[in-house]
Amino acid sequence: MLTKIERRRGIALGLTSLVGIALFVGIAAFALLSWDAGQAQNRLLTAYNWRILQFTLWQATLSTLLSITFALPVALALGRRPAFPGRIWIVRLMALPMGLPVLIGALGLIGIWGRQGVVNSLLLNLGVEQPVSIYGLSGILIAHVFFNMPLAARLLLAALERLPAEYWLLSSSLGMKPFSVFRFVEWPAARRVIPGIAGLIFMLCATSFTLVLVLGGGPAATTLEVAIYQSLRFDFDPSRAIALSLLQIGITAVILAAISRFPAPDDTDSSLGRTNRRFDGRNWKAKLWDVAAILLATVFLILPLTSILLAGAKADLWKLLMSSAFHRAAWTSFAIALSAGLLAVATSLAIISARRALADIRHPGRPAKILSSALAATASLVLLVPPVVLGTGWFLALRPFGDVARFAPVLVAIINMLMALPFVIRILAPAIETHRRRTSRLSASLGLSGLPQLLRIDLPVLAKPLLTALSFAMALSLGDLGAVALFGSGELTTLPWLVYSQLSSYRTNDADGLALLLGAICLGLTMLGTAGQRRAGHG
Amino acid sequence: MRRLILSIVTAAAALSFSTTVQAREKTLTVYTYESFISDWGPGPKVKEAFEKTCACRLNFVGVADGVALLTRLKLEGEKTDADIALGLDTNLISEAKATGLFGPHGLDTSAVKVPGNYSDDTFIPYDYGHFAVVYDTQTVKNPPRSLKDLVEGDPSQKIVIEDPRTSTPGLGLLLWVRSVYDDKAPEAWAKLRKRVLTVTPGWSEAYGLFTKGEVPMVFSYTTSPAYHMVEEKTDRYQAAAFSEGHYIHIEVAGLLKGSHDKDMARQFLKFMVSPAFQDIIPTTNWMMPATKTSAPLPDAFGKLVQPKNTFLMGADEVAKNRQAWIDEWLNAMSLN
Repeated sequence: MLTKIERRRGIALGLTSLVGIALFVGIAAFALLSWDAGQAQNRLLTAYNWRILQFTLWQATLSTLLSITFALPVALALGRRPAFPGRIWIVRLMALPMGLPVLIGALGLIGIWGRQGVVNSLLLNLGVEQPVSIYGLSGILIAHVFFNMPLAARLLLAALERLPAEYWLLSSSLGMKPFSVFRFVEWPAARRVIPGIAGLIFMLCATSFTLVLVLGGGPAATTLEVAIYQSLRFDFDPSRAIALSLLQIGITAVILAAISRFPAPDDTDSSLGRTNRRFDGRNWKAKLWDVAAILLATVFLILPLTSILLAGAKADLWKLLMSSAFHRAAWTSFAIALSAGLLAVATSLAIISARRALADIRHPGRPAKILSSALAATASLVLLVPPVVLGTGWFLALRPFGDVARFAPVLVAIINMLMALPFVIRILAPAIETHRRRTSRLSASLGLSGLPQLLRIDLPVLAKPLLTALSFAMALSLGDLGAVALFGSGELTTLPWLVYSQLSSYRTNDADGLALLLGAICLGLTMLGTAGQRRAGHG
Repeated sequence: MRRLILSIVTAAAALSFSTTVQAREKTLTVYTYESFISDWGPGPKVKEAFEKTCACRLNFVGVADGVALLTRLKLEGEKTDADIALGLDTNLISEAKATGLFGPHGLDTSAVKVPGNYSDDTFIPYDYGHFAVVYDTQTVKNPPRSLKDLVEGDPSQKIVIEDPRTSTPGLGLLLWVRSVYDDKAPEAWAKLRKRVLTVTPGWSEAYGLFTKGEVPMVFSYTTSPAYHMVEEKTDRYQAAAFSEGHYIHIEVAGLLKGSHDKDMARQFLKFMVSPAFQDIIPTTNWMMPATKTSAPLPDAFGKLVQPKNTFLMGADEVAKNRQAWIDEWLNAMSLN
């Protein structure tokens, strides 16, 4: 129960964020649509746009299929081997790509899969003439699998480990063969979560920007997001950018609608704590298979990370750390990340409290219900309207007012904030919900409200999830290249932009060094985040 | 709490703004392409030499490549900070003039000698070179001997090219193919596409991939091997002579109308065609100088491919067709 004032305040805060976000997205959309929209309409389905659309969907389909196909044996093997040496580290390793800035991951992958990389020298020694290409479709697929296979494996593993221990006991006492265990126990569990996981991965791959920008290799391997960026930055052809943006929004809308029909995959309570005893897979064949699956996946993930580490260590890190270019970029990045992080947390709190206030109304009318779902939708608006589209809209909106680069830091911070919002809410909402359930009666009976309640009851408990959310949002913003790429210039340089632009000149040594530094910072922040989450989850 | 957060946010945003604002002393801002201002490029030496003569600060701003330079100027419009744009090529000058951003230089440019005796009241050439496919002799035993060879050759032998939407060499290749194949250019691109490992936004990325051994051929200049001969003492990298002839690249600089110190900008342009600047060009930008240098060029320049025939399209023709040809190129290159 909330007091009337509390309820009003909650709803007011929520409305403010709702209006703020709607305005930000709305102005961008308006600018897009009002800029010679007629011309854009004519150019909506040119042969080129059509091919870009096809490629976007084709690579996302392949990436999703490959990621899940490779993730399934890994998850099954890890599930069957609760006592595998170093298992917890392997599971943690699988969380790393999530926190690694995409650009840095791409660098590591080039180090391993490039023509001079380990894989191709090995293949060459084996007498294979045609090297694996890290550019074009094959490169994009390798990179997407690198980032999404571990995600899928973790989610699948979590689904397997949620199965009650009795299942395993029973299947062993029934003397079920490995195939039967798969067919009757493991597969049904996996099948329930696979559509959700596939939808998530498909969405991530269909909106992939940085990887395609770095590894794409020309017009034949370009996704919608990259094509939007190119038509603005390369040709300055707004009508093409608008046409492509409309296609992009159409696609994400369809995908989101499809995803919403599946149950959302969930890795809470995952693996890290609970492990079941397993009685199957004791013969050497099964053991060999599992060890092979786990080792291959581990090597696949660890090689690019090692490559980043080794290449980065070769650079003169100290000189880099002391260089003014690094200081400027780090300062800019940090300011943007902190702004984006704080904004994301504040907005999430507002949205959560408003939804709570609305849920608290005993007989909610239609407006209350609509407002509540509008708030929920707002948080995920950025999924529908991707950063590059938002950036394009604001770019066009601000152009009449002078050099767009001047507004860039604020825009990038807000876009980063929107990108972080869905994640931040996912971290904060359950924590706050639990906390309120535990303490609302206590606070009410103590007559605490407002600031005293905040300081004495809320902050001590909620500080941890708040920090978790903040560090997660900051890591996301620090590693982001998508929003800054549109505006990046001599005046606005963030760390990823610095890495990207040094990559494009001869200074690859410096780029490697910077990549190591940035990668370490982001991984550090995410680990800080997940560590907090785990404790909060159990505490 | 919320207000506190908001004020921190605004403070942080404001701080990130303030880093971009710098005190404006007597500064000349030159927009150019990335490789010009790299440590090994002409930029640092040019800066040092010019600053000795002008009691000012020469500030280079680099963008990916020559075409991107023009796009950037179009984007910034009259509010641009640039005093000089250095690094467009003759293909782009009609389009550059059409922006209305450039003003006449009003200088005597009779000392400038480039093939075709190019001269203009707005843009001044500072160097030139012929485009060429440069290859690694260790991996390419049978280099292409004509553009036709390149287009129809073994698709497993890869080349890296530049994007014509951002890069002057990329645009050069587009025009070269157009000059040779005319209306059949889209078909030629559809074939050549299979040999293209990747398309980079600028020349430096492409050449970086090439020297790192990621790809055995790169679209560059007949003069590029001179770099390897002089600096690395190796004949390993060679330019392929094409029987149809080579497209020429004449790099020019121009004065922005909105420049806040036109006298100093003119001083820079004068300096650009003087030996002090021209001496730096051959062995840093690895292009042919546009005026007399004070000493003869290194021997390596005598060993380079000398094109029998030179292609150069009129700037008006390029301006008229560039967008259509780029659309054709995008279409042909995005075929799967």
